[in-house]
Amino acid sequence: MSQAAVAEHDFGIEPAESPLTPESWGKLGMWIFLAADAMSFGGLLAAYGALRFGDPTWPIPSTILGIQLTALMTFLLICSSVTMVEALASIRHGDRTGLVKFLALTIMGGMAFLGLQSFEWTKLIFNEGQSVSRNNFGATFFILTGFHGCHVFGGVTYLSAILGRAVRGTSGAIILGLVGAAATIVVIVLTSHTVNGFVAVVGALAAGGLVYGVANAISTPTGAYSAHHNNEVEIAALYWHFVDLIWILVFTFVYLIGPRS
Amino acid sequence: MSVHTPEQLAQEERRYLQVFFWLAVLTALEIGVIYVPGLPTFAIGLVLVVLAGTKAALVALFFMHLSLEKRTLTYVALTPAVLCVLLVFALLPDLGAFTRALTHAERPAAAEAHH
Repeated sequence: MSQAAVAEHDFGIEPAESPLTPESWGKLGMWIFLAADAMSFGGLLAAYGALRFGDPTWPIPSTILGIQLTALMTFLLICSSVTMVEALASIRHGDRTGLVKFLALTIMGGMAFLGLQSFEWTKLIFNEGQSVSRNNFGATFFILTGFHGCHVFGGVTYLSAILGRAVRGTSGAIILGLVGAAATIVVIVLTSHTVNGFVAVVGALAAGGLVYGVANAISTPTGAYSAHHNNEVEIAALYWHFVDLIWILVFTFVYLIGPRS
Repeated sequence: MSVHTPEQLAQEERRYLQVFFWLAVLTALEIGVIYVPGLPTFAIGLVLVVLAGTKAALVALFFMHLSLEKRTLTYVALTPAVLCVLLVFALLPDLGAFTRALTHAERPAAAEAHH
């Protein structure tokens, strides 16, 4: 008789170990993905630190980067995290209208962030002459903020798809996912062409309004989420808060830390 | 995380607004501290790292609900941070070598200028 069989004979069948996230395996999957993604950001930040603090000729960040603009971007992401938790709280109350409204606001915050990042990049590249290939400062700055920006873009598309699913199921997710992604690209390109931060904000308001309008236009009486079925919204919220959390670190390490000009 | 009586939901919503308030205050402090005259760069860096760590912890604990999850999930979430710190220490010798190389490159030029 094997040891396991003896143990089973002596003590009966052990109950299965309870999962880390009892209400949803998808949530556990998202946490594992976020842990892996955090290691990617961790590697990039550690490499950035090693290059920066080993180089006495590294430029002073505040002489090149706009601190006030990025402080505004940070505040925007924090606000979008709040609207995201409010979206989740709304659907937990069974309030689908609140979910749609707060998700649209979160998407709008993400679009405004990307528009302002596009403004910042355009100014740095064309006015300041910065580039990935110019020096280590440019390389690390564009890779770190670009990698994070890709996450924000992915988040805006993901949240648009969740919004679509909330109002019209799978077909709604496809439609609004595409609309959200396309509208975000338009905001980025328009801002980059005009090199105007105001265009980024107004464009994000218009694009977010478009997503909200399309969501209302295609809405059916029964959505995919309710007070008792909202795991997908919580999983998407985890992703969005992670994007916010990473930006908090990037903002501090890349923009703020360093000697004063 | 398990759900949720209306009272719990109302309490959670109040907490979200409190966390938002503190995140905004800490962000304002971060901006403010870099303009405080007389503070050495190292001290400013230290304060900024502490403030950023506090903000990140607030987001993870309350917005991502890590404070309500099982402790093992917290360990899963903390693992990348620990590995990242180890990576920084692993890179330190290389950092020293790079700085030494720069110093050695500058020395002969400085010596020639002296003669």
